[in-house]
Amino acid sequence: MKYKSQQVAWWFFALSGVLLLLQITYGFIMAFAHLGYDGLHEIIPFNAATATHKNLLVVWILSGFMGAAYFIIPDEAEHELISVPLAKLQFWSLAIVGVVAVIGFHLNWWEGRKFLEIPRPLDYLVVANVLLFLYIIIMTLWKGKKRTTTSLVLTMGLLFAALLYLPGMIWFDNQTMDSFFRWWVVHLWVEGVWELIMGGILAYLLIKLTGVDREVIEKWLYVIVGLTFISGVLGTGHHYYYIGTPKYWLLIGGIFSAMEPLAFLGMALFAVAMYRKGEKRHPNTMALNWTLGTAILSFVGAGLLGVAHTLPAVNLYTHGTFVTAMHGHLAFWGAYGMLVLGMITYAAPLLTGRKLYNAPGASYAFWLSNIGMIGMTTAFAAAGVTQVYLERKVGMDFIDTQQAMQVHFLVLIGAATLFTTGIVMFVVNFFKYGRPTDEALEPA
Amino acid sequence: MLSKNQARAFFLGGTVVFFLIFLGLSWHTLAREVPKQTHEENLTEAVVRGKQIFDKNNCMGCHTILGEGAYYAPELTKAYERKGEAYIKTVLTVKEPWQPRGRKMVAYAMSDQDASDVIAFLKWIGEMDLNGFPPKPDLQSKVPVPAK
Repeated sequence: MKYKSQQVAWWFFALSGVLLLLQITYGFIMAFAHLGYDGLHEIIPFNAATATHKNLLVVWILSGFMGAAYFIIPDEAEHELISVPLAKLQFWSLAIVGVVAVIGFHLNWWEGRKFLEIPRPLDYLVVANVLLFLYIIIMTLWKGKKRTTTSLVLTMGLLFAALLYLPGMIWFDNQTMDSFFRWWVVHLWVEGVWELIMGGILAYLLIKLTGVDREVIEKWLYVIVGLTFISGVLGTGHHYYYIGTPKYWLLIGGIFSAMEPLAFLGMALFAVAMYRKGEKRHPNTMALNWTLGTAILSFVGAGLLGVAHTLPAVNLYTHGTFVTAMHGHLAFWGAYGMLVLGMITYAAPLLTGRKLYNAPGASYAFWLSNIGMIGMTTAFAAAGVTQVYLERKVGMDFIDTQQAMQVHFLVLIGAATLFTTGIVMFVVNFFKYGRPTDEALEPA
Repeated sequence: MLSKNQARAFFLGGTVVFFLIFLGLSWHTLAREVPKQTHEENLTEAVVRGKQIFDKNNCMGCHTILGEGAYYAPELTKAYERKGEAYIKTVLTVKEPWQPRGRKMVAYAMSDQDASDVIAFLKWIGEMDLNGFPPKPDLQSKVPVPAK
């Protein structure tokens, strides 16, 4: 690393790893409940487990993005972060708000709005936290020597993500309107501005790992994020098919959702092409694996599995079934989970000065977690398709259908065990690098 | 060949144009169509209280409503029509966890008033025009019935 203040990123990466493990724990609680083993029902009822599982996902990914920004922005802007104590304050307040929210979920303190369960008073703290984060990033960029396309796209993504959180905080009496704006946050995050963040981080990693000329990489970055917004903004329509909104969304959502894989295909082709074009072979091959992996699996999970059920005639039957869980798991893992882990893999040796690029277990961590997640996605697909046919097509009763699906949850738990083994190895490996040190600073 | 400036124009131009179209359609949907399709004239105080109770207890954390939520418990959009008022009231007011064939619900032990509000909310939801959701089981008639 070139700048001492980049070290603050380590804390965000550490928090990401810990929260990911906690998220997985709650996933197991839910999978066992589906099999009929709900011994924790009195302390952790299913709705507390699912709220925790989903919100931990959002927080560990955001923590990873923030860490990535604190690492990338000084390097790109060629300027130390304006204040490390403020960044530390932002870190601790993020961690505390996260912990309080999770504890609150177990005490019935929440809002029943999928992905946005954090209660209103904590929402204001989240806003304050993110404002502080953006202040540090934008001021650093402002004072820096350079404003590169990569750093601007990344910052724009972070800024828009913060702005889009606000519509989710308006109270509506009408359930349809409530849902309408909830998707402004959830959809326009994951299929919109988070892809800007993804594009920015991916471009940074490709520049560093492949040695391809920045101008070439950044030109294609604009094309990809352009495709993202052109398809993704009106693609929000696929959430407006069946919630009390007019029929024209079936047409608009259907057409633009069918275009959404293009942005992810662009991302995959872009990463592979740059890898082939690059003449530099960076010694951190695991970081390159994760970088190419995220570009390819995001296309499969977010792109292909998404469009598999956004055609309105298909979605009429799959809306509100495990088919959504199939898409959701591989999409979040492929696009954002692997991206954050790739960023951590790239940054850890630079922060700590221990250049263990092929540490024992790093490769197992990569393959086990990926094979495990593909297995889980397959199990969710089997469960989802069974549910669609038995409950929606044949009209079988809910509980009868659920019992017919149970075998797929056994497969899910098996695959999730592989996945978890990989993630535990990853997190252990990360902590084995130790803490960041000044000895790792590159001489100016 | 595409230059970096052209690529930037494509990104900025595309984003602004499609976002403006999205804002226009959203305005039309919310101002003109949603009030009709959701029968906003029937959105009584009881329905609003029912929604608040529904949110406060994170019912969406197990059930789906309008197809949104978690997949641990039944879809509630047509619950009022399917199960009727008396059944729902029992589920919401009992002091022991309701557990049809083993799958437990939290025992909310709601007051009569709260349960009635939630029922009013579910009734209002059930009357919305949802473009055909939930669908009628279209293969049901094709399942052979075994001879007795």
